Amino acid sequence: MDILIIGVLLGGAYALMAVGLQLQYGVARIMNLANGEILVAGAFGAFWFFTGSQVSPLITVIGYAPVAFAANWAIYRYLMLPLVRRSKSEGHLEVDSILATFGLSFILVGVMLALFGGEFFSYSFLEKPFDIMGQPYEQNRLVAFLYAAAFCVGLYVWLHRTRMGLTLRAVSVSPEASRRVGIDVAGASALAFGLGGAITAAGGGLLSTFLVFDASIGIIFTMKALVIVIMGGLRDIRGSIVAAFVLGLTETAVASLIDPGLTLAAAYVVFILVLLFRPQGIFGRRAT
Amino acid sequence: MTGTEKTGLAVGAAIFLAAAFVPLLSGGYGLSLAVTVVMYAVLTTSWTLFSGPTHYISLATAAFFGLGMYTVAALIDVFPYPVLLVMATAVGAVLAALIGLATLRLSGVYFVIFTLGLAEMVRQLVTWVQTTMGTSSGLVVLTGIDEPMIYWQLLALAAAVYLASWRIGRSRLGFALRIIGGDEVVARHSGINTAHAKIALFVISGSVAALTGAILAPRWTYVEPVIAFSPMLSFLVVIMALLGGVHRLWGPLLGVIPFTFLWDLVTATFPNQTALMLGLCFLLIVYIIPNGFAGLIENLIRRRPLLAG
Repeated sequence: MDILIIGVLLGGAYALMAVGLQLQYGVARIMNLANGEILVAGAFGAFWFFTGSQVSPLITVIGYAPVAFAANWAIYRYLMLPLVRRSKSEGHLEVDSILATFGLSFILVGVMLALFGGEFFSYSFLEKPFDIMGQPYEQNRLVAFLYAAAFCVGLYVWLHRTRMGLTLRAVSVSPEASRRVGIDVAGASALAFGLGGAITAAGGGLLSTFLVFDASIGIIFTMKALVIVIMGGLRDIRGSIVAAFVLGLTETAVASLIDPGLTLAAAYVVFILVLLFRPQGIFGRRAT
Repeated sequence: MTGTEKTGLAVGAAIFLAAAFVPLLSGGYGLSLAVTVVMYAVLTTSWTLFSGPTHYISLATAAFFGLGMYTVAALIDVFPYPVLLVMATAVGAVLAALIGLATLRLSGVYFVIFTLGLAEMVRQLVTWVQTTMGTSSGLVVLTGIDEPMIYWQLLALAAAVYLASWRIGRSRLGFALRIIGGDEVVARHSGINTAHAKIALFVISGSVAALTGAILAPRWTYVEPVIAFSPMLSFLVVIMALLGGVHRLWGPLLGVIPFTFLWDLVTATFPNQTALMLGLCFLLIVYIIPNGFAGLIENLIRRRPLLAG
């Protein structure tokens, strides 16, 4: 029961970071390996405002969203778009964007190490207990979960009920066809990339309320987000959300039943099962 | 064999012969740097063997290397050293085959992602096995093998890797792989079993990395998971290979030699800024020299007759 509740609560924050990555990969077609560093940057932001000026992380993650959006938009516009333009094939772009975002992730790690040093960081926010079915849990986990859920629902409604959301979904299905019906594909991609980055950063801020982090932990989160996105299928954010809960539960189960040091191994087991049995994702359709 | 190939072979043989005398001329720091250079030459060349033609970026080098090292460290009291080298190679081959079977039938992205966290995952598993078995987190490797011996073994391995790469490049397998790198659909339609070709090459590449780790195990007398599975190794190999240029057999070496010295300098003077430097190198490769130093040199050579005429 413990595992179930903690796993679901963890899955909420994971869903947020994975949805961010999915927007970037699904719409902008960039496999962003710097996703985890954006998340850690968000965590540092929340940490800095909370310890420095007592601002609640719940306010901070909304406050810095425009900054994260602008930064990620600029990354797409000035670093990724030239690669998109020069690439001759999708495979070529894939290699280029993987190397470029990988480079970016190292640069971000370097900058954060220089700013904050290599120690582990954590702070106590809402560490009061609350009861679910007679068992005490920390409040910050519940609050982070509810927050993440609100973000995900909001994003889903936005994607499915507005014209801009429709545009993004059209580009994610086919950039070629979108261009023919007059959609500014580069603009939509930059928008999706920026939005994805802002959501990931918010996820980082929420995770920082109950997880310990350091400047170079981003790659672990990148890995988890990638596993979630592949498990969920590339096109539908509902898939990612379900997959995030699967990963959250698996990790929590492995951590409490076997060893807390094996969480990444747990993610790998899930990943291998997906690759072997449903490489198109839980909700994905098989490519023809 | 054409004339240029004969000259190439002769030059290569001469370089190896000259390199074999390094331990007699220089000890200590010079030799240790030479060991590092040869180690990276082996790792980058075997990496390029697979990732060069296919464009599948493998980030798994550290996992193979670490497993090879651990095989030697864990069983040094049980089996003689030469047997352990064979075992390490086999372990690398089996791991590569498993990864290949799981990921190489699918698109390239899955492969990259899978290899990205592999070293970290294997490290977690090894640490867990060690702690549950109640042993300490490290292993002591005591052998009579000194640094010159390690160097000569690596040099022999390097020669073997270069010869094998050259042979494979001329074989049907190498040809098939270049077609796959050009267009995988075309390759499949012309009757190439793309999954088999990729897995075969990845197995060779992985087992060489494992063997390199095994040869280097005696260099550290105390082997810990953090040392053996350092993910940095995978990234350095990718950078050196791409910096040198992966479309030529001698390309990676052009990246290895300057980068080893640069890296040595940076880790000594700015130990906290290594990540930043790695990042800048990646961007340099993508945006400024996509074909590496080998590409730059070839462009210069090609442009010269134009200027003269």
